[in-house]
Amino acid sequence: MTTTVRRSSKADARDAVGAEPVAAAPRRNTPVGAGVGRSRASTIIVTGILVVVALYFLVPVYYVVIAATKTTEDLFATNGFLLAPTFSLWENLRLVFTYDGGIFVRWFLNSVLYAGVGALLATYFAAAGGYALAKYDFRGKNIVFGTVLGGVLVPGTATALPLFLLFSQMGISNTYWSVLIPSLVSPFGLFLCRIYAQASVDDSVIESGRIDGAGELRIFHTLGLRAMTPALVTVFLFQLVGIWNNFFLPLIMLADSNLYPITLGLNNWRSQVDRLPEFYQLTTGGVLVSIIPLIAAMIILQRYWRGGLTDGAVKG
Amino acid sequence: MTAVRATPAEGRGVSSRGTGGGSTGRRSGRRGGARNAATKRAPWILLAPFLALFILTFVLPILSAVATSFTRVDRRGLFGEEGITSSFAGFGNYAQALADSGFTASIGRVLLFGIIQVPVMIVFCTVLALLLESASARWPQFFRAAYFMPYGVPGVIATILWGFLYIPGLSPVVDVATAVGIDVDFLGASTVLWSIANIVTWTYTGYNMLIIIAQLKSIPGDVYEAARVDGASSWKIAWSIQLPLIRPALVLATVFSIIGTLQLFSEPLVLQTSSPAIDSKYTPNLAAYTNAFAFNDYGVASAQAVIIALAAFVLSFAFLALVSRRSDRAEGAKS
Repeated sequence: MTTTVRRSSKADARDAVGAEPVAAAPRRNTPVGAGVGRSRASTIIVTGILVVVALYFLVPVYYVVIAATKTTEDLFATNGFLLAPTFSLWENLRLVFTYDGGIFVRWFLNSVLYAGVGALLATYFAAAGGYALAKYDFRGKNIVFGTVLGGVLVPGTATALPLFLLFSQMGISNTYWSVLIPSLVSPFGLFLCRIYAQASVDDSVIESGRIDGAGELRIFHTLGLRAMTPALVTVFLFQLVGIWNNFFLPLIMLADSNLYPITLGLNNWRSQVDRLPEFYQLTTGGVLVSIIPLIAAMIILQRYWRGGLTDGAVKG
Repeated sequence: MTAVRATPAEGRGVSSRGTGGGSTGRRSGRRGGARNAATKRAPWILLAPFLALFILTFVLPILSAVATSFTRVDRRGLFGEEGITSSFAGFGNYAQALADSGFTASIGRVLLFGIIQVPVMIVFCTVLALLLESASARWPQFFRAAYFMPYGVPGVIATILWGFLYIPGLSPVVDVATAVGIDVDFLGASTVLWSIANIVTWTYTGYNMLIIIAQLKSIPGDVYEAARVDGASSWKIAWSIQLPLIRPALVLATVFSIIGTLQLFSEPLVLQTSSPAIDSKYTPNLAAYTNAFAFNDYGVASAQAVIIALAAFVLSFAFLALVSRRSDRAEGAKS
């Protein structure tokens, strides 16, 4: 009884995760409900709601833009939503970039390194693994797949602590490797890649590659990767944001502030405001500088994000 | 099983490696066998880097966490300078973890958090997706980008941002409320959990909305046309066509939200300095972190990490079982 229950729930999990990109419907970009409720009144009401919701999402960002232009005294003395008489944005930014020998820039570059290299390699490894699971039959395939499926559901923070103990024994905690290595694995990415490879890499294309004399790895690198590109973009972005936003792992692994990613660095500044109020200026300025590239990236990338997931749906 | 067909290319591969066996049998079995060997090897070569890293960063840590959770470490002398002995502790660490009222309270807290925050966020993002995909929405591109933007803001930074809006003296929101005579305390014992819920909702609503929009866009246009021919209203279309068809996306978003809820860490950690209501065991993860790094008690911390992972599994599967049973019943009712 127990085994059957477990097996069926595992299948469900697979369905739930798999079903999303494999919705078997062809895409047609007809605006939903076109022609229905197109009246002026409903447009005003709906748009009004959307504007209010947009305010909710934008207010914290607006606040920090304003706060970054203020001195610490003005931050407390003036209304948070309005500019203060003294405009000290440039002074604050100068502080951010020069404090402690420009360590902020170093944190930023560390984040770029962790997230960029980590996401790139993680995507490649997930693509190779997903392709292997989708396009080959071999013993142990189901065990491998089941184990990785379990990995999707394991909270990242549950493994971080034992990982720290393991890395300490190996002598690589408090190094770039301690944050980079765990970032190279994306079970969810392997998952998406497997689903996508199943749907979009044609067996006959692989076969003709073989007839042309290409080796298996070559077939994957030329034909497989090309067919999987939309899924790869999604996996890459997913992993990129995941690593960039990660806090728990670097917090546990790193003691040397020269290795900090930007999240850890900014929290380090913020935690000092009670003792040294000038850190308010560093924190608000630093937060502003750090979220500008993220916001720009999200606005540009959201179209690819959507593309990746929907294309999966088309091919299913 | 893909292709066991013999190809000239494979033949070349075989002879260059000098597997012997002569050239006579090439035409049939041998070449097929070589191709077979290549296709047998290839998936493992492709999987090797992923699996090696997966074993190093998932399997080994989980096994070692389980092992550590059953181990008791005794330090003799004040700092263990007179020797450290480890012994099998049975369920001792688990008993200790669960006997800690701070830890059990933290589990109850995140469960309460999840029961409220996850449905609120799922409903919120579904409504936003439906509104944005309705013909009544103006500038949908702009709104979609604005709602998705917080997903790019790391949890720590989102908490610093919202923290400014919560702290009395800094927050214009508190100022305005006080001016109108409302006494708000975002960081009090009874409110801070919901202030955290607000940060989480702010961060992830847009992301979940995007997943749902992707699924909405995959609904074929003729489904809508058919519904309209039948005279269905927008409400009717949303309720009986769109919602059932975006179910898989909703299930996915819910499962990830449940797992995310159990991992709550950076938000309470960052707010800790401004809210005395948040203790060092506010969430299960924070408790495990405190046990490991403040008390150096890796046994209990590992037991807590295992409990968190098990809880994530149980809750995810329970939710999946629940929705699949319900959909089975719906299927049964239809037929």
